[in-house]
Amino acid sequence: MGKVSLQTARANQILLDAILTPEKLPSLPPADWDLLIRVARRVRLLGRLEADLSNSGLLGMIPAKAAEHLRAARHVIEHRRTLVTWEVNRLLWALKGTDAPIILLKGAAYMVAGLPPAPGRLYADVDLLVPEERVAGIEEKLVSKGWFKMEIDPYDDRYYRVWMHEIPPLRHRERGTEIDIHHRILPRTSRLKPDPALLFEAALPLADPRLRILAPADLVLHCVVHLFLEGDPTEGLRFRDLLDLHLLLGHYGQAPGFWEGVVPRACRLGLARPLYYGLRFTQHFFATGIPQTVQDEINRLRPVWPIRALMDFLVPLAILPGHPDHPNRLASLARWLLYIRAHWLKMPPVMLVRHLSYKAYLRFRGINKKVDLAQLDLRQQ
Amino acid sequence: MRLGSLSRQVFEKSLAGEGLAIELGPFIVNIKTNISSLLPVAYPLYCAYPLASPSAMVDFHIRLAHRQGLRHWVKPQSVFFLDGRTPFVPSSLEHAFPALEWGINWCIATRAHHLLMLHSAVVERNGNAILFPAWPGHGKSTLCTALVFSGWRLLSDEFGLVRPEDGLLLPIPRLIPLKNESIDVIRNFRPEAVIGPSFLKTRKGTVAHVIPPEDSILRSQETAKPRWLIFPRWVAGAPLSLEPIPKSQAFLMVATNAFNYEVLDQTAFRLVTDMVKACDCHSLVYSDLSEAVAAIDALTRSTDG
Repeated sequence: MGKVSLQTARANQILLDAILTPEKLPSLPPADWDLLIRVARRVRLLGRLEADLSNSGLLGMIPAKAAEHLRAARHVIEHRRTLVTWEVNRLLWALKGTDAPIILLKGAAYMVAGLPPAPGRLYADVDLLVPEERVAGIEEKLVSKGWFKMEIDPYDDRYYRVWMHEIPPLRHRERGTEIDIHHRILPRTSRLKPDPALLFEAALPLADPRLRILAPADLVLHCVVHLFLEGDPTEGLRFRDLLDLHLLLGHYGQAPGFWEGVVPRACRLGLARPLYYGLRFTQHFFATGIPQTVQDEINRLRPVWPIRALMDFLVPLAILPGHPDHPNRLASLARWLLYIRAHWLKMPPVMLVRHLSYKAYLRFRGINKKVDLAQLDLRQQ
Repeated sequence: MRLGSLSRQVFEKSLAGEGLAIELGPFIVNIKTNISSLLPVAYPLYCAYPLASPSAMVDFHIRLAHRQGLRHWVKPQSVFFLDGRTPFVPSSLEHAFPALEWGINWCIATRAHHLLMLHSAVVERNGNAILFPAWPGHGKSTLCTALVFSGWRLLSDEFGLVRPEDGLLLPIPRLIPLKNESIDVIRNFRPEAVIGPSFLKTRKGTVAHVIPPEDSILRSQETAKPRWLIFPRWVAGAPLSLEPIPKSQAFLMVATNAFNYEVLDQTAFRLVTDMVKACDCHSLVYSDLSEAVAAIDALTRSTDG
């Protein structure tokens, strides 16, 4: 193996070991801690490590400097949790009198329902799923109560409204948190078309009855959809999402009826393929306990051999972060290919070409997300 | 071991190889670069700074490199990498050094959330510290520089780092970036202060870096206790005024001008409350640096101990 692949393998192994066996972290050598902190930061798992170590009372047994980084991550996560909790509270206030069913998705749902992925998870935005015919009313109501539509260029606005599964994000005038309102879990143009009505039918009330959460099988399926069909060309697949999936399966797998129902539900929603990949790769990385019957059931729905072999090659490359100082070109290629694949499944070919060329044109024009130091006020970060 | 004990050759080789890990107060920053024009600037300015022990864990892995591609031949630029990512737009090659200094501050401000980070200069004498929380342009760096060349120890010209466990202030005696007129003001005030080259037309105008007194750098692990909060404002031609202000007002001014007050939530509230309670709070308006230094000296001597 060359230097890059050795370093990639070392970084990935340190990360996997830390997530799988956090109880062994106190014996990790300092040089490995240095790398672990960098790699875990990249895949947004610093908070998870902190939560694992703190639960087992081991935080005091790791190098002081590593503990500082973990503590810093915990402070940010607690702060984000406060913001998201407050945003949900304000949302309910603003929507008082609306009888539209509101389903919380992803991080906010895990948090409010107290599911196992919640501890140490970084919360970004509040994601909601509401029936399509209620979107306009809800958006209008929020705008009248202090949220505003974020300014985006006309292309992106059209992209959202015509093709996507969500509307452009809303942001409150005084608070930074974004609200993403979805009306389905995949774009309108997607080849996979899970019917949102089925999701609403099965959704369950949360402790606060004005809010709902997807039924267990649907929640798991949304997690795999998010993992395999959304992403970014440089970040690739999110390892964090795969860990969420593993934790959700471990949790719901205890409940009677979950395993019997999950594959039929995936078929009903047209999501058998992403579920196949989700189960395959959680088992590969985390040895998730999946009953043999379920494995046999899903294996009957697996893709043909060459595609399977290709995905088995690409996914581990793309989902693990590698070493920050030794970028791995093959991994970058894998991330890019999986990004194209996700778009391929979400858009008809002509539209895909048009969309990706427009985005490439923007990059060529140098419009990107980097910070200009001139505009930078450190206090805003 | 101090950076200055390396020869220029070893210094250059390390920067181009695995990088040099420098101790900046509580942080260890590993810097790698192949930009050779950076070396003659950085070496004398960083000579007095301690090198981290080779086994120490690094907080920020920074690399500064030439921007690749055709543009390089037209307008050479430097790119700042943090953990292999590039958070900033590239800077021009001539401004690589101020961009590095700024980038390090950005790393601290966006990551060191285990500490409460106030936007404040901090100096110390006899274990007691003065904090100068101020908005940009209010002359906190200039005043702070004048004080550290008048018998005070520099903790920081930018970050009031408060340790949540005990409320003590951690030093981070970085190079002090002086801007525009301040450069000559300090040259006249203390001709012996060592000031690096002036970088013209940066995003903040002309910038030049002052090396803190050696004693401040040597004592960069020695904490201090907050004792005074002074809110400075430089106003051209204004007569000196150093007046007590209500603690409630001081609280608001400190809390609203921190880097991460919101992130630390209740802890931040408690720390700032304790700090304001323990400190005498004053507002300072000045135009003449010597007068301001003398007034601060008199105030702190009368209430010290």
